[in-house]
Amino acid sequence: MNLSEALEIAAATDPGMVRSHNEDSIAADPSKGLVVLADGMGGYNAGEVASGMATTVITTELQHVLEEHAPYDIDEQSGQRLAQKLIAAQIAKANTSIYQASQSQPQYAGMGTTLVVALFYDNRVTIAHIGDSRLYLLRDGEFKQVTKDHSLLQEQIDSGMLTREQARHSANKNLVTRALGIDATVEPEIHDYDTRPGDIYLLCSDGLCDMVSDEDIEMVLQTLGANLKLCVQQLIQMANDNGGRDNVSVMLVRVRREYPAPRGLAKLFGWLK
Amino acid sequence: MAKLILSMDGLVLKEYTLGKERTTIGRKPHNDIQIDNLAVSGEHAVIVTILNDSFLEDLGSTNGTLVNGQPVKKHFLQNNDVVELGKYKLKYLAEATGPAKAADFEKTMVLRPGAMKAFAPAAAPAHAAPGAPAAAAKPAAAGAVAAGVAAGALAAGAAAGTPAAKPTGEAPSAPAPAAAPAPRIGVLQVLTGGNAGKELELVKPLTRLGKPGVQVAVITRRPQGYFITHVEGANFPVLNGKTVDAQAHPLNDHDIIELAGVKMEFFFKT
Repeated sequence: MNLSEALEIAAATDPGMVRSHNEDSIAADPSKGLVVLADGMGGYNAGEVASGMATTVITTELQHVLEEHAPYDIDEQSGQRLAQKLIAAQIAKANTSIYQASQSQPQYAGMGTTLVVALFYDNRVTIAHIGDSRLYLLRDGEFKQVTKDHSLLQEQIDSGMLTREQARHSANKNLVTRALGIDATVEPEIHDYDTRPGDIYLLCSDGLCDMVSDEDIEMVLQTLGANLKLCVQQLIQMANDNGGRDNVSVMLVRVRREYPAPRGLAKLFGWLK
Repeated sequence: MAKLILSMDGLVLKEYTLGKERTTIGRKPHNDIQIDNLAVSGEHAVIVTILNDSFLEDLGSTNGTLVNGQPVKKHFLQNNDVVELGKYKLKYLAEATGPAKAADFEKTMVLRPGAMKAFAPAAAPAHAAPGAPAAAAKPAAAGAVAAGVAAGALAAGAAAGTPAAKPTGEAPSAPAPAAAPAPRIGVLQVLTGGNAGKELELVKPLTRLGKPGVQVAVITRRPQGYFITHVEGANFPVLNGKTVDAQAHPLNDHDIIELAGVKMEFFFKT
C-alpha cells in the first residue's frame, strides 16, 4: 500500500556554519512510509561513510523486505506485528556492514553513527533509535520528545545528578552511550505508537536540538506547521543563526489522513491487482 | 583540566587540579585539599568530576558550604564559581577551551559502558588506552577524553579541513535566538481594517500574520534583521506594492505589507 498520499514529508540536511563536512545523512521513502536519519562520527570522512551506509542499507533493505512482508502482518513466532522485527533485522545488517568496514579499512577505524528510523503503517508508527538523534511529536498543539537519548548526559539526568536546565550547560553534550557500527552487535531501542491525522513528527540530529531550544522548535512547528518545507528551512536557519556549530538535519512527517491497513476484502483486491 | 584556586582574604594560597574522580576537601590530613582551620569540618565536601563536568557536594559539614554566597548541598560547578568554606575561598576555573578546541571537542564520541572508570584516574592510563576494550570507539579518542581535551584525537579531523571555528563569537551552549549586537526591535502597525492603529512589537523569533487556511505569512527575526516569508494560501503577501515570491524577503524601515486585505507598516523602534 502506498502511503505517499497519507503522509507529507519534508527534509533537509545542512553542514552548518563551522564544519566543512556533512556527516549527517537522511533518506526517505514516502510510499513505504519510511524516514531514516543518521549522524555519523569518525575521523576524515569516516563519519559520512558510516551515516551514509546506515541510511542506504536500512532504506534499501527495508524497501526490499516490505515488498515481501507487510509491517502490520502478525509474526507467527511472537504474535507481534512484524514491523519491529523487520526494522531490527535491517539495523543489525547496517551495523554489521559498518562494523566490518571499520575493521577492514584503517581509515574507517572506529567509525559509527547515531540513528533514528520511523516506519509508518496501519495508523501506527514504529520508531527505532540509537544514540542522540531524536524524534519529537507535535500533537494537538502539544510538543514532546518521543525518543530518549542514549547519552551520558541523559544518564546523568535520569540518575538525578543534573536537572534538564543544568544539562544545557554541560560540557559532556557530545558523548553517546550507544552507536551503530561500533561493536559487532547493537541494541536499538524500538517502540510502537499510534498516529493521528494532524500529527507532525520531527526527526533531527543533535545539530538542531543543541543549537535551538525545544521551545523555539515548538514555536516553529506551531506557527509554520501549515508549510512543512518552510518549517524545515526555518529550523535549519535558526540552528545556523545560533552558531551552527554542528551539521543540522531535519525531517518532518505530517499525517494527512488515516491510513489503515487493507483488511478482508480490500486485502483480497490488493492481491488480485 | 579544571582547576581550583584556594585563597583567603584575597591571598592566593594554592592551586589544585581536578584530576581525580573524587577530590575531597576537609580539615583532616587525608583530604586531597586539606584546609587546617577549625571552621572547616574534618570531611567537609567532595568534588566529583566526570569528564569535563564537576559537581560539588557538601558532606554534612558543621558550618556548611557556600557557592557564590548561597548555601548548597549539591552544586553543578560552573566556570568562575566561588566555593566558600569558612573564611577560605576556592575559585573553580573550568578548562579554557579555545574556539578551535571547542569546535573539535563537540564532535560526537561514543562512550562505552564501563569506560567511565578508565577515564577517572586522570590522564595516566591514556597512553595505554589505544585499542583497550574498555576505551571509547576511536582508540585515540579514549586518550583524549581521559586527558580532558579532544585536540589530539581529533587533530586528524582538523587537518582534514575542519575550519578552526568561524568568528561566530558565541558562548558555548547559548541557544538565545538573537546573537546580533544590540538588535533593533521591529514594530508592525496596522494601517487599515478593524484593527487600524494597533501596534505589535516583533520580539519573538517568529510572528505569524494573516488567517490560517486563507493566507498566512510569517515575520522571522534573525541576527541580520527581519524577514517576511509566505507560509500558506493562494495569495502571496505584497511588499511595497510588489507581490513577493516564495523566498524570504528582508524588511526595511517603513516597508508597507499587504496581507489578506490588511495594510501594515513595518518600522524599527527608536
